[in-house]
Parts: sequence; C-alpha cells; structure tokens
Amino acid sequence: MTTTVLRRVNYLNVKYGVASWLLTKDHKRIGILYLIVVAIAFLLGGIFAAAVRIELTTPQGDFVSADTYNALFTMHGVAMVFFVLIPAVPAILGNFAMPLMIGAKDVAFPKINLLSWYVFVIGFVFTLAAMVLGGVDTGWTFYTPYSSVYSSSHVLLTGIGVFIAGFSSILTGLNFAVTIHRMRAPGMTWFRLPLFVWALYATALVQILGTPVIAITILMLAVERGLGFGIFDPRLGGDPVLFQHLFWFYSHPAVYIMILPPMGVISEVIACFSRKSVFGYSFVAFSSLAIAVFGFLVWAHHLFVAGISPYSAMIFSFLSFAVAIPSAVKTFNWTATLYRGAIWWRAPILWVFGFLGLFLIGGLTGLFLASLGLDVHLHDTYFVVAHFHYIMVGGAIMGFFAGLHYWWPKMTGKMFSNSMATLAALLVFVGFNLTFFPQFILGYLGMPRRYHVYSPEFQVLNVLSSAGASILGVGYTLVACYLLHSLWKGEAAGANPWRATGLEWKTESPPIPENFAETPIVNEGAYEYSKREVKVA
Amino acid sequence: MLSGIPLFPEQASTLAPKVDNLYFFVTAVTAFFALLVVVLVTIFAIKYRDRTGEKVGSPIHGSIPLEIGWTIIPFFVAMVIFAWSTIVFFHIVRAPDQALEIYSTGKRWMWRFQHLEGQSEINELHVPLGLPVKVVFTSEDVLHSLYIPAFRVKADAIPGRYSSIWFTPTKAGEHHLFCAEYCGTKHSGMIGKVVVMEPNDYQAWLSGGDLSMSARGEQLFQQLGCVSCHLNNGSGRGPSLAGKYGTQETLANGTTVAVDDRYIRESILTPQMKLVVGYQPLMPTFQGLVNEEGVMSLIEYIKSLPSTGRPAATTQAGAAVQGAAPALAPADGGPR
Repeated sequence: MTTTVLRRVNYLNVKYGVASWLLTKDHKRIGILYLIVVAIAFLLGGIFAAAVRIELTTPQGDFVSADTYNALFTMHGVAMVFFVLIPAVPAILGNFAMPLMIGAKDVAFPKINLLSWYVFVIGFVFTLAAMVLGGVDTGWTFYTPYSSVYSSSHVLLTGIGVFIAGFSSILTGLNFAVTIHRMRAPGMTWFRLPLFVWALYATALVQILGTPVIAITILMLAVERGLGFGIFDPRLGGDPVLFQHLFWFYSHPAVYIMILPPMGVISEVIACFSRKSVFGYSFVAFSSLAIAVFGFLVWAHHLFVAGISPYSAMIFSFLSFAVAIPSAVKTFNWTATLYRGAIWWRAPILWVFGFLGLFLIGGLTGLFLASLGLDVHLHDTYFVVAHFHYIMVGGAIMGFFAGLHYWWPKMTGKMFSNSMATLAALLVFVGFNLTFFPQFILGYLGMPRRYHVYSPEFQVLNVLSSAGASILGVGYTLVACYLLHSLWKGEAAGANPWRATGLEWKTESPPIPENFAETPIVNEGAYEYSKREVKVA
Repeated sequence: MLSGIPLFPEQASTLAPKVDNLYFFVTAVTAFFALLVVVLVTIFAIKYRDRTGEKVGSPIHGSIPLEIGWTIIPFFVAMVIFAWSTIVFFHIVRAPDQALEIYSTGKRWMWRFQHLEGQSEINELHVPLGLPVKVVFTSEDVLHSLYIPAFRVKADAIPGRYSSIWFTPTKAGEHHLFCAEYCGTKHSGMIGKVVVMEPNDYQAWLSGGDLSMSARGEQLFQQLGCVSCHLNNGSGRGPSLAGKYGTQETLANGTTVAVDDRYIRESILTPQMKLVVGYQPLMPTFQGLVNEEGVMSLIEYIKSLPSTGRPAATTQAGAAVQGAAPALAPADGGPR
C-alpha cells in the first residue's frame, strides 16, 4: 500500500453504505451488527422493566391492568434472556475480538456467521411482532399447560421467534468451536489461549448441545397448542412437568451461555489492569469446561416443589452444590490475581470490581436455592428473582460492560470519557444493589414473584427497589451517552491504549479489514506482563 | 422508619424454626465468604494501585496448594449445607401418619378446601392449633402452587396429580396463603388466609358443615352407578373395593400397584390404564362426569369401607341427595 493514502484503511471505513454492512462477512462488522440489535432489545426490555417497577411502587394494581402487567414481565424476560443475555457477550464481543485474539483473519465460516445474524434478526422480528400485536403473558418460562392450552396471548408467535433465534446461537457456537480448533495463529497453543477464548469454547459446547433441546421443546409446545396433540396437558393425556424438565434441560445450561463468556471477559480485564498473569490459568480455563459439563446435570433444581421424587431432588441438590465450586474457584483466582499486581484504575476494571461484588452475592445466594430445605420456602418468591438478576445483570451485564469498555477503543478507534465511565459504573453498582437487595428480603418474607397486586406490608421494600431501578436506568443511559459521544468527540485510541498483551492489541484500532498485515506468530502465554516492557502505543 | 419494614416472616409452624435455623446458618456461611472476597479485593485494589499504569505486577502464576485448598474447603462447607438442608427437606415432605387430612383443589383463581367432616371453604383454610395437618391437593386447570409463608411450606398443584403439604401450626390467628406458581390473569388474586384456631373452636367450626366427604362419596358412588359393578361381596363385574385402600392390587399385566389416592383417581378417569387381574375392561371413563372434588370424595368413601360390608359412619347419609349438590358440580367442559 502506498503512503499517499491519507486515511488509513480499517474495517469501518473500507467500504461505506448500508449494503456494505448488510452483506459483510467481516466478523468485526458482524459483531457491530449484533451490538445494534442487542442494544434495541436491551432498550425494549428495559422499558418493560421500568413499567413493571412503576406498577410495583404501590400494592394495588393501579398503573396497568393485570393482563398488561403479566405481558410486561413476560416480554421483559423474553427480550432480555433470548435477545440480550444469550447473544451479548459471545455474539458481540466474541465475534469482534475472538478471531483477533487467536491471530486469525476471520472466523472459520464467515458466511455462516452473517447467516446467524440474519437468523437472529428474523427471530427477533417474530418476537417483536408478537409484542406489537399485544404480547405474550406466559412468563418467559412458557410453563404448560397454561402456555399450551389456556393462554390467549401470542404464545406461538413468540415461540417461533425464540425457536428461530436459537439457531443463531447454535450456528455461532459451531462457528466459534471450529474457529478455535482450526484458525489459531502459529504458536497459539491451547494453553496460550486467552481465557476469554477458553470461555467462548466452553460456551460453544453448551450452545451446540443444549439449544436443540429448547427448539424441540418449543416445537412440542406448538404441536400441542396448534394441533391439540397431547404432550403436556393432562386432559389430553400429557404431563405438564415433562415440559419443565425439557425446558430447564436447556434453560439451566443457558444460564452458563450467559455467564461463562462474561467470566472470560473478567479474566482478560483483571489480567490487563493488574499487569499480571491470571492466577491459576489452567484452573480458570478448566473451571469453564467443568461448569459447561456440570451445567447439564442440574436442571431439576428448578423442580424441587414440582412433584419430583424427594430422592431425585436430593441428587439434583447435590449436583447444584457441586456446580458452585468451579465458580468459587474462578472467584478466588481472580482475587488472587490482584495480589501484588500494579492495578491501574481505569473504567474496565471498575466494572469488573462491580461484577465481583454482584456475582459473589448472586452465586452465594444460589446456595440457598440449591438447599432443599430452604428452596421449598424460597421457590417462586422474590428471592429467586433477586438471585438470578444478581447473576444475569450483576454478573453477565456487568461483565459485558467491562468487555465493551475494554474493547471499545479497539472497535471504534476512539476513547470514551474515563470519568463518565467511572461515574456510570458507580451508579449502576449502587442502583443495582438498591433494586435487587430488598428483593431477597421480600422473598424470604414470602412475596411470590409475578404478582401484579401484593400485600401492603411489602410496599416499603418494593418502593426501595423501584427507586434503585431508576438509578440503574440513569446509569445505563449514561453509558449509552458517553459511548456514542466518543464516536464523534473521542480522542484517537491508538493501537494499545490499555497497554495490554494479547494479539488484538498488536493491530491497529480500528483493525484493518484482514485483522493483521501479516499472520502473527505466538511464542508465549497470554498474559506475560512481567516478562517484558509493555509498549505504549 | 425502619421499624415499618418487616425483615423477617412470622414463625407459625413447627417447621418454621427448623427452616429459619438453616437459613441463618447459610446466611452466616455465605456472608463470611462474601466478606472475605470483598475485603481482599478492596485491600488489593487500594494497596496495589498504580496511578501511572506503567508498572508491571509481580510474576506470580499460581499455587497448586491454594487451588486445592479453595476447591476442597468450599466443597466441604457446601456438603454441610447440603446434608443439613436435605434433613430439613425430608422433614418437610414426610407428613406424620396421624396428620389430619384436608383436601383442596386449585382452579383459576381460587383455592377450595374440603374438610373430611363436610365443611368446605374458598380461599380460607381453618386448621387446629398444635395438631399436624396434611393438605392433599390438585389443580383443575393449570399449574398452581399452595404456599403458606408463615409455615415455610409450598408445593405445586399439578393437574392430574396429587401433591401435599403438611404443617403443625404453632400460632393462632390468620396467616397469608398464596398461589406461588404463575397461573394467568389473576394469579396475584389467588390468595387467601389460613385461620389457626384452638382445637375446641376448630371442632365447633367443623360441625357447621353438611355431609362428610365420605358420605358425599357414597352418594356419588350410587349416582354414578359405581355401585352396580363394584359389589362389596366381590360378585360384581368390577372388583370389590371394600378394604382395598392401602393394600396391593395385582394387575392384568402381572405387576402390582399400591391402592392409594393416585391409583383410585387414575382408575376413575382412565380405567383401562391399570386393569385388575381377572376383570374385563368394561369400565367407562368418568372424565367430565365427576370433578376433582368428587374424585376426592370417592377416595374418602373407598377409604372408609371396611373389609366387609358397609361403613357404619355413612349409613345414614345415603338418602340426602340434595346435600351432595356442591360436590356434583359438573367438571369444566374444557378451558377453551
């Protein structure tokens, strides 16, 4: 390339126009495409959540009708679980960063990668259509026989949307697994892989093996609802609890699709900002695989009061305690990584500190629910709502934001305001705790979830929760503001603004379309901060 | 201000302190681990802060003893919680034999309770103080869940199955009763109260009812024509039911089945499923002819049959057909 080119070519400016985006096979652009759709879903899900929290500020049902309320929390769950949490880290950050991190030009199947985005969008459009036409009111769990026979809302349309979006997840998982096996740069051995890549690999296994089960389950639901075949409805000779087994056989592992990739992000960011190798690299790597495998064996802990035998409940309780151990191991290793580091307080690691606090509470309260004797009382109360929001929002979304801040300069070539990002992390952390901590207390007091109208003694805690949610909303809005602002006004980031190791930081920001001018050759581990001077860009 | 916020639910059953003690223990253990990590992260983040961003950390890569330690110690702690909670759980699910039985059905959006002596009530459950009570229930439509927070008990009501909860109330007065499994529009209105009464008051309250459940069951047994085949002397086209409850029955396929609530319900609604050996598959289904409460009454009647002849308790009830009307309310024609 001649030096007369004034503007350096990168993946963003190499071509312009809508068609250049909609027909792109560049993993980096596809990551951005996912970011746009997921951001829309997050906004929608957030609006639904806001309406729910407004309704719950008073014990009476005075803001919306009961049916509207039921549709609101259902659509909040559907939008957030299937269109935000599952794709957020793998499809946005994974797509953008993973091929760069292993020194590849792209994923193994670039066209399939674009196809998965289209499949995802089609699924989202079906679900949106269901929402626009009046929504769905079954809860995101679609429990039968309510969903298959009794609900008069748009169950089928939503189901089709989720069904289709599932294939996007399968294709992404497949693509990533093959990419990680086949596309690593010379010298990039398995134990030199960044831990984010390990986490994506473990996630890919769950996506490939688990997602077909939810597809089958939704199909059976559709067959019963549409054609009247008895599968789940006892009036037709079916078994409603069978649905729960099938649903959670996917949806519990799906929790690990949501949390494993953010865990990978945490490892990257902690290593970078404490200038150290991740403590116990191989233990962190294998704990991801352990979580992926054990994650398939705990589904019936959602059914402890659903009439399963007490002995099988006992086994599932045991396995649920067992799956907590690899997460504990990760947490201890991250903590130990900070020990004697040189910790550079920049926005990404502040989000990680937030993650650690919230994920810790989320994980530890999981032990309450794994305990049979406590779960009988806590099941289907606000304790469960608080627990999984600590994992999914406190864990997965905080981790996503840590990663988004970490790779944002690489994605856009621009720096955001560090002080704004610090303020946002603080707002989100405080707002989150104020929203969800009171819900643990509400749960132990016995307030059931999915209640439109509630007993007046629960009001004070609910008002606290709604107040927290508004702080949380301000925090998220602030993130959107300064990140968008940085696109116009942000300073140029340079190739390596965080002075990180890792191949993605060796190419320009934003990266050139083919990622690397020449294929990098790797001759050391992922986090060798201590071995050399880290070059400033 | 703070005094207005409840932080802890009332303990109103013998189970509640058992559950709460476990809860305090798990809270203490998890708080310890949470604090440990939070304190360490805070100390490290401050102590090793580098404002320049240019230093590098110490070359520490890991420690096998530490890894083993923080794998095994949490595992053992988890196993202690597992063992304790499992013991509490088996206590929660195993009702004592002498427990007083009350039947219930959940349907959108109400709970109906049926006492053996004949009292029935909606969204209210009267129980005696200090005596073990077992509530056996099912659902007429979608999933529900019978939840009494003050007693720390809950179980899902599942159409086509019987579930149960049991408790011994320790506090007289009224307690919340909630539906905990989402069931549609008025899920949050499917609530009621448990009224715990002194045993004497409870007895007085019970006597306000009409026919006992087994008497209603006997009426149904005659009205539905069960009596024409299930002769007590065993000479009918169907097997005699006298004294069968709680025994083992041999089926046509050679297996045996325990004659319990579930088997009786199944035999009424899907009679061909588990045919008793030596009998022809002649019995029609009674699905749609008898509702869940009727089935429960029939079960009570069959339970009350001694191994020979008619039960003494129900002989006077046979003629009072009028009184059985509520139990005979036709089952829903279907949800759609």
